[in-house]
Amino acid sequence: MLIAVILGFIFAILVPFFSKFVKKAIPFGYSLLPLSLFIFFLQFLGEIKSKGHILFHYQWVPSLGIDLSFRLDGLSLLFALMITGIGALVFIYTTYYLKGHKYLDRFYGYLSMFMASMLGVVLSDNLMSMFIFWELTSISSYFLIGFNNEDPASRKSALTALSITGFGGLVMLSGIILLQAVGGSYSFTELLNSSEIIKNSTTYGWIIALFFVGAFTKSAQFPFHFWLPGAMKAPTPVSTYLHSATMVKAGIYLLARFTPLLGDTFWWNSTLITVGAVTMVFAAIHSVLRVDLKSILAYSTISALGILVFLIGIGSEKALLAAGIFILAHALYKAALFLITGIIDHETGSRDVTKLAGLQQVMMPVAVAGFIAALSSAGVPLLLGFISKEVMYEATLQFGDWAIILTALAVLTKILLLVAGFWAGIKPFTGTLPAEFGKAKLPSPLLWIPPFLLGVLSLGFGTFPSLITESLIQPVFSSISGSDTIIQLKLWHGFNLVLVLSILTLVSGGALYWFLKPSNDLFQKTVRFEAISPQNIIEGGGKLFGSFAGIWTRFFQNGYLRNYVITILAFLTLLMAYRLFGEVNIYIDWNQISAVSHYEIIVVVLMIISILFAISTNSRSVSIVALGVVGFANCLFFLFYSAPDLAMTQFSIDTLTVLLFMLVLVKLPKNKQYSSKGIKMRDALLSLLFGTLIAILTLEVFEEPSSSEVSKYFAENAYILAKGRNVVNIILVDYRGFDTMIETVVLVIAAVGVYSLMKLNLNPSKKDL
Amino acid sequence: MKSLIFKTASTYLLPLLLLFSIFILLRGHYLPGGGFVGGLMAAIAFLIHSFAFGMKETQNIIKINPGYLMPIGLVFAVGAAIAPYFIGAPILKGLWFEEPFRFIGMVGSALFFDIGVYMVVIGATLTIMFSLTDTV
Repeated sequence: MLIAVILGFIFAILVPFFSKFVKKAIPFGYSLLPLSLFIFFLQFLGEIKSKGHILFHYQWVPSLGIDLSFRLDGLSLLFALMITGIGALVFIYTTYYLKGHKYLDRFYGYLSMFMASMLGVVLSDNLMSMFIFWELTSISSYFLIGFNNEDPASRKSALTALSITGFGGLVMLSGIILLQAVGGSYSFTELLNSSEIIKNSTTYGWIIALFFVGAFTKSAQFPFHFWLPGAMKAPTPVSTYLHSATMVKAGIYLLARFTPLLGDTFWWNSTLITVGAVTMVFAAIHSVLRVDLKSILAYSTISALGILVFLIGIGSEKALLAAGIFILAHALYKAALFLITGIIDHETGSRDVTKLAGLQQVMMPVAVAGFIAALSSAGVPLLLGFISKEVMYEATLQFGDWAIILTALAVLTKILLLVAGFWAGIKPFTGTLPAEFGKAKLPSPLLWIPPFLLGVLSLGFGTFPSLITESLIQPVFSSISGSDTIIQLKLWHGFNLVLVLSILTLVSGGALYWFLKPSNDLFQKTVRFEAISPQNIIEGGGKLFGSFAGIWTRFFQNGYLRNYVITILAFLTLLMAYRLFGEVNIYIDWNQISAVSHYEIIVVVLMIISILFAISTNSRSVSIVALGVVGFANCLFFLFYSAPDLAMTQFSIDTLTVLLFMLVLVKLPKNKQYSSKGIKMRDALLSLLFGTLIAILTLEVFEEPSSSEVSKYFAENAYILAKGRNVVNIILVDYRGFDTMIETVVLVIAAVGVYSLMKLNLNPSKKDL
Repeated sequence: MKSLIFKTASTYLLPLLLLFSIFILLRGHYLPGGGFVGGLMAAIAFLIHSFAFGMKETQNIIKINPGYLMPIGLVFAVGAAIAPYFIGAPILKGLWFEEPFRFIGMVGSALFFDIGVYMVVIGATLTIMFSLTDTV
């Protein structure tokens, strides 16, 4: 199982190496990967049906409770099958769609990376590893959306999508951590047992709120929906795969997965119903106001995702069943519609629904697939969409006091989606073929077989629901709802209210399709409201944050070394002064301080003279040399107190510093009086304060009872353990060898840093300054 | 600085200081000294030379780019640190030859570690120095 999940990653790494061979020998060879995975997952159908779920366990970071354990149950199997199945079709489709593209290998690499991450999300039992895969889907989708990396709009959409979904992922991470704190485990299977404890805990509200943000951002729920239409800048196979069938459903998957664990409480249900309802109606209205085929599909996808959230929110058994079926039905028809849009775009070069017409004359098989998909999306009998719609109406009708409102919303959404589906799947094919598309022809079967196959599945499952009832839908239902109810799917439910609603939907949807023609005017009318759209508000917030960060950074990172030093010193002085005078008793034991000898006095006088010299002289070189004298005088002190190693190092460092300063200072212009008196006074005051504080601090150190045990141990064992007599050096190379090693690395980094700063020439014109 | 005395003196100082730096490096285990100080001294030796003859001349003497000393030194230090691992001892354990070598004395992994530090210090200091004077 582990191999099945990470195969995509391995594949993505290997693609560049064998791409030349594959391109020549077997052009569609890449498709074998998802296809074989699809078959691999198919064979679990029987086992899941009888056992419920299977666990696979692989250790990863046991110390943190993070494992690569996988849980295969109805829900994850459905998703795994969709991911690999639609994945296989998309892979095949891409072979022709992007034929001869410069970066085709790269595309397959990203695509298989995405597939593997998506499999990881739906199969992970450990929430931490699920989070990691979750973020990986965001990252790989970033690459896929920005695949046309020379187009600024496409890069911007990719960034928006990454920011929104990445942000949601991080929020979800905090939810996961909270959940672990309450439930005591990262394993979903183990958490299931403590469902009641979690629901009654005080942090329950936080947990579900955080999870909601994660799910809503990923599944493009209002008000985070806007990244999805933007993401349509990606090549059509990507839109098909990520933005209708799989990735956007990850949020739905999350909600469905956690329904048995966190669901069935007031806040869970009412939040999901509200957000889902707002999203589905809002997006459905938007979808009929668009003229670009992909935009229409994007908004209808958002609306469908809203329906799913809405159904999970209702939370009754019927509603969860409806959600389970709709996930499958939607994936089948929406993927088909996207693929068809891709074909139309590929052959005619246009996606404008107001212009497209009559294409059935030249591409009959595509038209058939389009008709089936559109009808399934509309919920016409004999198609899978019909069954999901029926169950959905049953669910809303059973919802107590609010039944009428919820049902009305659902019917409204369905009517609008029907129109959107017809525009995408039927409108381009009917009517007379405009002259400008006269050159369009039927493309290679590689392009039209995948949507055709999806249509066949919609039709087959819809006509004979028994094909999937027991094998697939029953386990899905059990794992979402956690109950054992045996479900039954039928085409004919008898003549009842649900059927009336169905007919109402079809009739009014058909009428609307007849009267409402897609037009640019309608689209233009929505543009006026852009200013108050969530997209603008969030982007504005981002800009505001950016400019705040700019002001903040310019204030502190002002580029003047002297200001940095002042800031650092002033901060340290304040902090230390606060600690010293606030909480520490300053006490100096004069008796402990050894007698002052006369040569020490001489050295101190020397130091003071050179300091005065350094600050009063007008020549830079003189002041540097004077500072060097201070350093050498310091060395003498080290020698007085028998620390030859320190003295030696200090001596070398001081020599080096003076010499280096000289190298640079010689080239500077003559020193002038740059600073005003006030600034000089400020600097002097700060240095005096800082120096005094350091002196007090040093004296205070004596007050701490110093432990001589460590030094005694070092001295005694230097020869025995490390065969050396110079304890200082032994500490450096042996006792603290690791520190030294890291310090050498730091030194190298510093040198490389200086080198690159010096050689870096950001603005060539300023070179001579 | 075009003083003849300084020039003449620095010609002799360079080899002497370099020798001295190696001496400091080798004695580090028993007496004051070690790789860090040794490296600094060697760098000072080159720096003095460059004051007398200019940076170009010093670069000509060194022949190789001093930057290369940094990775080589790192290899020495890290190699000495992980060498014990391959004979089953913990990382950074001191390994020593039984018998002392002539002139050098006892040789062990700590010495190689110190040599690594020595090289890194020379490499880093000279890199900083050369890039500063190249640009300013």
